[in-house]
Amino acid sequence: MLNRTAENVARATPEPLARKVRGISDKGLAWLFISPTILLLLAINIFPLFWAIYLSFTNFRANRPNEVVKNLGFANYQRILGDQDIWIAMQTTAHFVFWTILLQTLIGFTLAWLIDRKFRGHAFWTTIILVPMMLSPAVVGNFWRFLYEPQIGLFAYAISFVTRIPPTDIQMLSNVSLAPWSIIIVDTWMWTPYVMLICLAGLRSIPEYIYEAAEVDRASNWRQFWSITLPMALPFIMLAVLFRGIENFKMFDMVNLLTGGGPGSTTEVASITLKRQAFESWRTGYSSAFAIILFVAVFGLANIYVKALNKVKQR
Amino acid sequence: MKSSLKLALGLTSAITASTAVSNVAHAEDLTLCWAAWDPANALVELSKDFTKETGIGMKFEFVPWTNYADRFLNELNSHGKLCDLIIGDSQWIGGSAENGHYVKLNDFFDKEKISMDDFVPATVVGYSEWPKNTPNYWALPAMGDVVGWTYRKDWFSKPELQKEFKEKYGWDLGPPTTFDQLKQVAEFFQKREIDGKTVYGASIYTERGSEGITMGAMDVLYSYGFQYENPKKPYEMEGFVNSPDAVKGLEFYKSLYDCCTPPGASNSYMGEGVDAFKSGQVAMHMNFAFTWPGLQKDENVGGDKIGYFVNPKGPGGAQFAQLGGQGISVVSYSDKQESALKFIKWFANKDVQAKWWSLGGYSCLNAVVKDPAFPSSQPYAQTFLDSMAIVKDFWAEPSYAPLLQASQKRFHDYVVAGQGSAKDALDGLVKDWTQVFQDDGKM
Repeated sequence: MLNRTAENVARATPEPLARKVRGISDKGLAWLFISPTILLLLAINIFPLFWAIYLSFTNFRANRPNEVVKNLGFANYQRILGDQDIWIAMQTTAHFVFWTILLQTLIGFTLAWLIDRKFRGHAFWTTIILVPMMLSPAVVGNFWRFLYEPQIGLFAYAISFVTRIPPTDIQMLSNVSLAPWSIIIVDTWMWTPYVMLICLAGLRSIPEYIYEAAEVDRASNWRQFWSITLPMALPFIMLAVLFRGIENFKMFDMVNLLTGGGPGSTTEVASITLKRQAFESWRTGYSSAFAIILFVAVFGLANIYVKALNKVKQR
Repeated sequence: MKSSLKLALGLTSAITASTAVSNVAHAEDLTLCWAAWDPANALVELSKDFTKETGIGMKFEFVPWTNYADRFLNELNSHGKLCDLIIGDSQWIGGSAENGHYVKLNDFFDKEKISMDDFVPATVVGYSEWPKNTPNYWALPAMGDVVGWTYRKDWFSKPELQKEFKEKYGWDLGPPTTFDQLKQVAEFFQKREIDGKTVYGASIYTERGSEGITMGAMDVLYSYGFQYENPKKPYEMEGFVNSPDAVKGLEFYKSLYDCCTPPGASNSYMGEGVDAFKSGQVAMHMNFAFTWPGLQKDENVGGDKIGYFVNPKGPGGAQFAQLGGQGISVVSYSDKQESALKFIKWFANKDVQAKWWSLGGYSCLNAVVKDPAFPSSQPYAQTFLDSMAIVKDFWAEPSYAPLLQASQKRFHDYVVAGQGSAKDALDGLVKDWTQVFQDDGKM
């Protein structure tokens, strides 16, 4: 059927065009096929990036299109790097990235290791563990906002049951000390399964014969874990850390839904600050400069990390 | 074959013709953009009369308050044609006038003999004029609104509570007239058991994301002595925004938040306030007047159980209230400006305004609000009138958005998160606002 269609198309193609197509090299054909994608990429990724770089040197404001755009040189960058609030937002972001990655890696790897034991019902439990990851962040954010509600939320009641502190005193989203942890808990709950999946892939990729050889050498379980399991799964763990690190550096939806950056500015991560400057204060040039700084930071850190990851893989 | 071709052609023509007819029928439909709230529903009802009279259909684009500014300012900034008429927030007037988003209405008002003298003066300044206090009109006052308070009249009138309150504070439990009294009442009710349920003192604005905490804190700060600028020297804020009285006002707002709000009320605005009051959680509730018709009708807390009072006085006797509300404007990018102006003319009519009030909208027309029957027309009508007489508004500068964001941050950092002192917060606010005006070349 397909052959017949191809023949029909070939027959219907005008001879001059057919000659031209026949004359295209393999490389030319490859370019022909990928050019739409490249054009699309240029239009929606590369052009906006260069446009943002240009805007970052200006005082442009999207809500004042009629105003004369002035070139400010590096003034926006200087202002951002000298702004204490921006540094606080960066510290808050680093705090989230550190704790979410640490918890997700520890719990995710432990779960993967347990699932890899292939106990009875392990497939069922794997599916159950994966459920949070399958939900939309908007649903998760709202769901947890209700759970954290001090008057009717189950979370406060559960903690109160254990600690005997009145539930109305457990104000996860209003308390300055607890609010950052409320987000870390939700992010960990939602994305640990993702880390678990990657770690599980790593654990399943370790050939069985290596463990058999270790058994022959009478290596203890602990020794096998430190000498075989962990080193061989490490590139996968590092990959999971890279993915989650990049994602959490950009964390927005969960914070926006749960605390909106509050109380005060306690949970105001970089992406929330960026959104406020760009779409609430309408400082387009200024926020473009901030976006470029964030981009360079993530790109630079990710590059260094990927180099380390490659070294680990080569060992 | 031929007959099927004919049939297909016939169907196609019929569909094309019907589409064309339907396009003609809807060519004059106007789209009105506003926030999604109770008054918007009242306006839908009211606008049916306009369609009956003129044959112009009305479509509505209502967006929840949380996205209202983002959505419609984006629309205006991108010169979108979605909205023919827009009921934009009072703070947008400056920016929308300077950026050419709104049609200037002076000539139209002159031609149609619509006089701004016929409207409540505060609403003309707040919703229509730019620059302020000059006869340049960009909107018709559409929805008068102001922050005021509701209270649980049924709880206040319980004899045992009245007795206990009098013994404790030495005055009769009733709607407070000063902020000190308000705090005493709030403290009295905080964590008290009423009808087997733990209740709290007051619901106040604490929202961080849009404008909530600013609208709430300003309600107190104005009456304590806060001023945006030196009346003799515009944009001079040092000593006015952060005056000792303003500091005391902000300290008071924080103390009210700390002592007397329900647990977890750290991000509360209009909707959360209504929920807290309706669910019987709080004795008093700060909110814009637009919420009152809905609360009055509520089966659980409305009717005889609810009372209203004006924003109380500060320690020096000054009394102000935060202005809300909006004017209706014609969008300059609309292709249907003539029809949109027809709507404005119709809306300015006295009978329409009277019906607007009866449906739950808040008319700004003197002929309606100064009618002798007005104060008794609704239980909250007198409080609305008294509140509108003492209004003050936030900066209506074209850069109101960064100005608002700065106050949101400074107030929330201090009041809710407890960071720094009130003086630090207001000093920081002077710094932020100075930067905004310097960026604008005004300082």
